[in-house]
Amino acid sequence: MNAERSLRAPERLIFERSSRGRVGYQLPALEVPAADPAATLPAALLRGEIEGMPEVSEVDVVRHFTRLSKLNYSVDEGMYPLGSCTMKYNPRINEEVARLAGIAQLHPLQPEDQVQGALAVMWQLERALIAITGMARVTLQPAAGAHGELTGMLMIRKALLDRGERRKVVLIPDSAHGTNPASAVFAGFETVEIASTPHGTLDLETLARHLQGGDVAALMVTVPNTLGVFEPEIVKAAAMLHAKGAFLYMDGANLNSFVGVAYPGKMGADALHINLHKTFSTPHGGGGPGAGPVAVSEALVPYLPVPMVELHDGRYTLSSDRPASIGKVRSFYGNFGMLVRALAYIRSLGRDGLKAMAEGAVLNANYIRSRLEGEYHLQYDGPSLHEVVFDDTLQAAAGVKNVDIAKRLLDYGFHPPTMSFPLIVHGALMIEPTESEGIDELDAFVAAMKAIAREARESPDLVKGAPYTTPVQRLDEVRAARQPVLRWPGTAG
Amino acid sequence: MHRYLAGEEERREMLDAVGCASVEELFVSIPKEVRCGALDLPPAQSEEDVRREFWRYAVANSAPECFASFLGAGVYRHVSPAVADALLQRGEFFTAYTPYQPEVSQGTLQAIFEFQTLVCQLTGLDVANASLYDGATAVVEAVLMASRVLPKRRRVVVAGALHPEWDAVLATYCEPMGVAVVHVGWGTDGRVDPAALAGALGDDVCAVVVQSPNFLGVVEDLGALGPKIAGAGALAVHAVAEATSLGMLAPGGAFGFDVVCGEMQAFGIPSAFGGPLLGFFAARQAHLRQMPGRLVGETVDSAGRRGFVLTLSTREQHIRRAKATSNICTNHGLMALAATIVLALLGRKGVRDVALASHATAEYLKAGVRGQGPGAGARLAFPASPTYDEFLVLHDDPEGLLARLKAEGILGGVSTARFGGPWPKGVLVAATERNTKEECDRLLDALRRLA
Repeated sequence: MNAERSLRAPERLIFERSSRGRVGYQLPALEVPAADPAATLPAALLRGEIEGMPEVSEVDVVRHFTRLSKLNYSVDEGMYPLGSCTMKYNPRINEEVARLAGIAQLHPLQPEDQVQGALAVMWQLERALIAITGMARVTLQPAAGAHGELTGMLMIRKALLDRGERRKVVLIPDSAHGTNPASAVFAGFETVEIASTPHGTLDLETLARHLQGGDVAALMVTVPNTLGVFEPEIVKAAAMLHAKGAFLYMDGANLNSFVGVAYPGKMGADALHINLHKTFSTPHGGGGPGAGPVAVSEALVPYLPVPMVELHDGRYTLSSDRPASIGKVRSFYGNFGMLVRALAYIRSLGRDGLKAMAEGAVLNANYIRSRLEGEYHLQYDGPSLHEVVFDDTLQAAAGVKNVDIAKRLLDYGFHPPTMSFPLIVHGALMIEPTESEGIDELDAFVAAMKAIAREARESPDLVKGAPYTTPVQRLDEVRAARQPVLRWPGTAG
Repeated sequence: MHRYLAGEEERREMLDAVGCASVEELFVSIPKEVRCGALDLPPAQSEEDVRREFWRYAVANSAPECFASFLGAGVYRHVSPAVADALLQRGEFFTAYTPYQPEVSQGTLQAIFEFQTLVCQLTGLDVANASLYDGATAVVEAVLMASRVLPKRRRVVVAGALHPEWDAVLATYCEPMGVAVVHVGWGTDGRVDPAALAGALGDDVCAVVVQSPNFLGVVEDLGALGPKIAGAGALAVHAVAEATSLGMLAPGGAFGFDVVCGEMQAFGIPSAFGGPLLGFFAARQAHLRQMPGRLVGETVDSAGRRGFVLTLSTREQHIRRAKATSNICTNHGLMALAATIVLALLGRKGVRDVALASHATAEYLKAGVRGQGPGAGARLAFPASPTYDEFLVLHDDPEGLLARLKAEGILGGVSTARFGGPWPKGVLVAATERNTKEECDRLLDALRRLA
């Protein structure tokens, strides 16, 4: 048997497949006269063929990327119990409608009368997100959740400046996603981390103490938080902030757990970003594109990015008539293709289906929690919603860490849970199954986790050496960072 | 029950397991005062209903595919090989998450590594990241990187005609970071005004951004600009809105520019009403640790086999939090994969051929417009300046002209009037290898009659 040629074997780089003179695509024949660049452009500004670019046939390309694809785990293959980040099933009808020529081929700078259908999609999605959040308006422009955070914080900054206030401080609980502090800083703020209560929730006394100084611009809080726990005092916290002239920024990463159950608008949120992949099924694409619409309260409506879609007498327009706007946060109007998919999902589920989606997400997480409690340690044991955060305390005695459990899960055919946060749980295993999973998949996951707990007790080295069945084994990340090789070094084909 | 959700019986079984009589009991932690009633949304639709609704939206638009289209201005219509979308639609790619677990993400990671290599080859620089949102935010990230490399310098100079949307985004980001944006205009040839640039440079300038080909279509003299910017101690940023131009025009990397970044939609990404697009970012090795965004690096596994991982993540928000080099988390990975596939298909020869064919088609149109004489309604804005595949035709009523062209089945370009600002009034006309001679002749004939 040829070891180089087995299923799921390593695949050479596309550059290493090159053979001089191969082409993978043929352009239409040029009908106009060829232009000699040396005659039309200064010679110093020209270049010839680029050394080292691939020379491969169409078949080479299909084989190469098909083989690469087989080295990936995906939600089409199974559950992603990747707490807080995660993804649900990506419906194929969404892909189909996003590829209609009248949608996928539309140019962003066509006059408004040629793009009424696209503007209708954006208008309808904004209406739906208003209905779901109970907020005043929604910008669809941000390209991802973190981009939405930045957009929301820029609006808060502008609202304060318009009041003549240069407040510098943004409060962020220690359980927050890493993007929150980074986004606040890029919006011109300084961040102060605030400690959670012993239950992992917002500490109102700490909040009150920080609010005394008058320099607090906003609190950025994830609801439910990264422990899957609903913030019980969120309404009171919002009132305290508002009384001091500060704003409540809500990270909507976990909106999927309460759609149709509660309104962020009623919680006192001033800005809320929505990760469309997480709640509304847009594919994650191996790292984007995402989309991070931001819903705002009336107080922030004047500051929304331009343009906004407006409807007058049955005609949609792109209006930039918003003098206090923060401006634009990216080119054009947003990741329109992802907006189309999200609206298709909202239509597919409808009023009752969306609520059933949230219920399913919460039920599935609680089912996993009930089946694994005792096998894995639960630092915070209050009621949780869409995710449950275990940790490796019970396994650590045998020297097995959360990362070992995660890698061993790969051998059982599952993607691991989130481990990098929340930072308040040491050795975290943050599990979020989403509503897409039926009991069979959940039971298989539980069985795998239980088997690993047993292995950790009986043969810890087996767990510590995992994975064994994946296309590659544990990779040397230290070497990657110390001696960075970030591109194929060759130049000749 | 719903096709995307679990069935009644398994729900009952799970409720029994968690000890709840109804699912409502799981939501007791959410206070009554924030609860909502039934959502004001239509009921669930079948797949057939969804398809029908989106067909209605689609046909309410004018798809450029049904016209002779010369639209550009930042989003271009180049060849779109069938293979690219077929591969992109593999669930193993588009339904995968960010490759946090490298052992089961080698497909995505290797493809990004190949993307980084292709970007380095196109830009003539050392290192490239795994993508950014779009050209506008790529320029922003370049300027913010410069402000970290040169923290005492708090001005950035935008030299010449930068895409107005990109310029607007730059203003949004720079103001809270305390970086002032200064503009240097263009001369009668449409290129950066060298005297004005010399006047704007100073020891407080951290970066100079030069788009080439610029927003007016004119190719800048990067060879002259690079040393001037370097001489003033600022980082030189070459912004690229039309990435296929790199198939025949030497990149900033060849002229001492520190960053080459911009928009790569032109390599096989559908225009999709302006998103998702594909931002790219390449820099010198010296600035590696100040770079924004994700990076994939090569390494070995415990058995000594080559493999790829996300690396140098101590720059990033999930580790550095408030001190990260950017707040970006999710980028545009699937679009980077699309461009990688298209670049592999085109390859060494095709990348150049796309550029040559687009340039030739635009030159044919320019010659036709020029041939209509100085008294014609439509005339070249910069008749003596070098351009790539886009040029500006002056006209007093560009939007009226475009409407008349549309009535003849031609999307003639983009009106500069829609951007306000200092732009000469006219139509930006872009031509690519996908425009036939017949389409070009129709446009020229229509301009003769209607301009």
